[in-house]
Amino acid sequence: MTTTSPKITARNVSVYYGDKRAIDDVSIDVTQDEVVAFIGPSGCGKSTFLRTLNRMNDTVASARVEGRIELDGEDIYAPDMDVVQLRARVGMVFQKPNPFPKSIYENVAYGPRIHGLTQSKTELDAIVEGSLRRAGLWDEVKDRLTDSGTALSGGQQQRLCIARAIAVEPEVILMDEPCSALDPIATAKIEELIHELKGRYAIVIVTHNMQQAARVSQRTAFFHLGHLVEFGATSDIFTNPRAERTKDYITGRYG
Amino acid sequence: MSRSLVPEVPTGTAAPIAHRPTDWTTQASRRRTRRRYAAERRFRLTGLAAVWLSVGFLAFLLVSMMWQGLSGFTETRITLPITLNLDITPERVAGRGGNLALAGAGLEGAVDAAASQAYGAGGADLLSDGAWLRVRDAVKADPDLIHRRFTIDVPAAADIDVAAKGEGTPAAEAQVARLTAAKALSRGINRGFLAQADSTDSTQVGIWGALKGSLLTMAVTLLLAFPIGVFAALYLEEYAPRNRWTDLIEVSINNLAAVPSIIFGLLGLAVFLGTFHMPRSAPIVGGLTLALMTMPVIVIAGRNAIKGVPPSIRDAALAIGASPVQVVFHHVLPLALPGILTGTIIGMARALGETAPLLMIGMRAFIAAPPGGVSDPATVLPVQIFLWSDEVNRGFVEKTSTAIIVLLVFLLAMNGLAIYLRNRFETRW
Repeated sequence: MTTTSPKITARNVSVYYGDKRAIDDVSIDVTQDEVVAFIGPSGCGKSTFLRTLNRMNDTVASARVEGRIELDGEDIYAPDMDVVQLRARVGMVFQKPNPFPKSIYENVAYGPRIHGLTQSKTELDAIVEGSLRRAGLWDEVKDRLTDSGTALSGGQQQRLCIARAIAVEPEVILMDEPCSALDPIATAKIEELIHELKGRYAIVIVTHNMQQAARVSQRTAFFHLGHLVEFGATSDIFTNPRAERTKDYITGRYG
Repeated sequence: MSRSLVPEVPTGTAAPIAHRPTDWTTQASRRRTRRRYAAERRFRLTGLAAVWLSVGFLAFLLVSMMWQGLSGFTETRITLPITLNLDITPERVAGRGGNLALAGAGLEGAVDAAASQAYGAGGADLLSDGAWLRVRDAVKADPDLIHRRFTIDVPAAADIDVAAKGEGTPAAEAQVARLTAAKALSRGINRGFLAQADSTDSTQVGIWGALKGSLLTMAVTLLLAFPIGVFAALYLEEYAPRNRWTDLIEVSINNLAAVPSIIFGLLGLAVFLGTFHMPRSAPIVGGLTLALMTMPVIVIAGRNAIKGVPPSIRDAALAIGASPVQVVFHHVLPLALPGILTGTIIGMARALGETAPLLMIGMRAFIAAPPGGVSDPATVLPVQIFLWSDEVNRGFVEKTSTAIIVLLVFLLAMNGLAIYLRNRFETRW
């Protein structure tokens, strides 16, 4: 495993919505075996930046991205980059659990199916079971795979969404405040899950919960008003922030 | 870390405002409560009254239609003793061209003669013009009847039929009384009504021609308007860029949905008949015209249904690498389908009841045979009702109501099917 060369390299990235600049000149590296947390007050652009990493901003007509973002050294905004493949390689989990209104099995099987990753039903069954096991959901749902994914509890739905994302074997998983709609117990389970997934996938997580950032990440980036204020080892950011603004934020002066 | 990092919340230094609990027992307060209850009650009663009033109107409509129209499914029959003695062999009757042979051998005259013999001079006028056809069918079923005396129930003439059902002229009433005394009158199901097409004689009319015309026209309308409407809605919602052109298209579609239907009829007349020289009075032209009218309704309903699909579902599908087309066909369309179907039901129900545009393209012609296909001359149910309601003959009053019952049953069946489909596709969240 190459740990030295970064998985994702973002250089001088700026994002505009129309004339409004939402992200200003951000450069970040994410390596293969770490969890990177993005923190910052609401509206600071951390989610916007996250969504540039798998080009989900393409769906917003007015959004425009400048700068260079590479996945394994490949420019993901190059004209010949296939967005569909990119999104299969860079999975995403959203703030609000959003399982498809289909069965639990279908939710997980959908990705492998549309990408033609399996040749047979047995293979697909194995992928579904493996993904649900890795998402820590298998024991809870193995007897009701045909039930609707929307019938699960909020925490289970979010783990189903994670299972759905890892079913296509992505290289990176982006998580956009995955626990903000969950209760503390469900949150703890997701955090545990992030620990287990670490190393296998590069993980970038946006969170409003600073304890969560401290618990799950190795490195933390603090965003404020579209700027990357500070990016460094999580332990440093939370105990010995260099920038005044970072310190003010993590001590709750604003946010 | 024992002390919380969260700093203390600063509070004002002004003295707290003295708290005085509200007195809910004063006269004014009680009056307010009473008034609130009264307003609540009034509102509920008004709503209830509105519901009952509309239910009452609907019941009145249905009951009066049933009252006047149900008897249209039956016919009055006169028992006729008859000896044919035609110059024809049973083999000719049973063979090919039997109908023509019987007509050539003077069957109609023989039936009239039998009526005069049984019920005096003018007895033939008691029978429907189609009475001899009933005798013909009986003879064809059993050719031996040609040389044998037999008794058969044949349909009565329109004025006798009306009188027997209770609304005839004095002269006809007298005839009915005479026939009843002779035990010659009976009632039976009018099988021809659901099998035949229009006629000038109210005892011989049938609704099947118009019903089939409506079915064919609706099929053409649905086949055109549904796919075109759904694809237009999908494109406008999912792909079209938001700019002045799409705004213009949206406004045009909304306006199109509000255009009076007669204008669509004129358009159909000018374009389909005038420019393309398509057949007049044909279901294909009617269907095309009604499709133009129905499509905007489906587009509008479809766009609303597609808008109602949560964006989170699109995000979810996109984020695991579904292409835009896969997002639309695997997720958006299935979730929007119930709403699209509801819009389609509304549009199709409106098209089914539409008369004006079809008058313009010639579907008001007198068509005595059910259409064989979409390019044959045909009429549709509402136009047939319009035509019959215009007839002078009293027999058509009842037939008009009967046709209305058939139209309503068709409408209910169509809506029932659509509601069933909608419920099947509905996704529970």
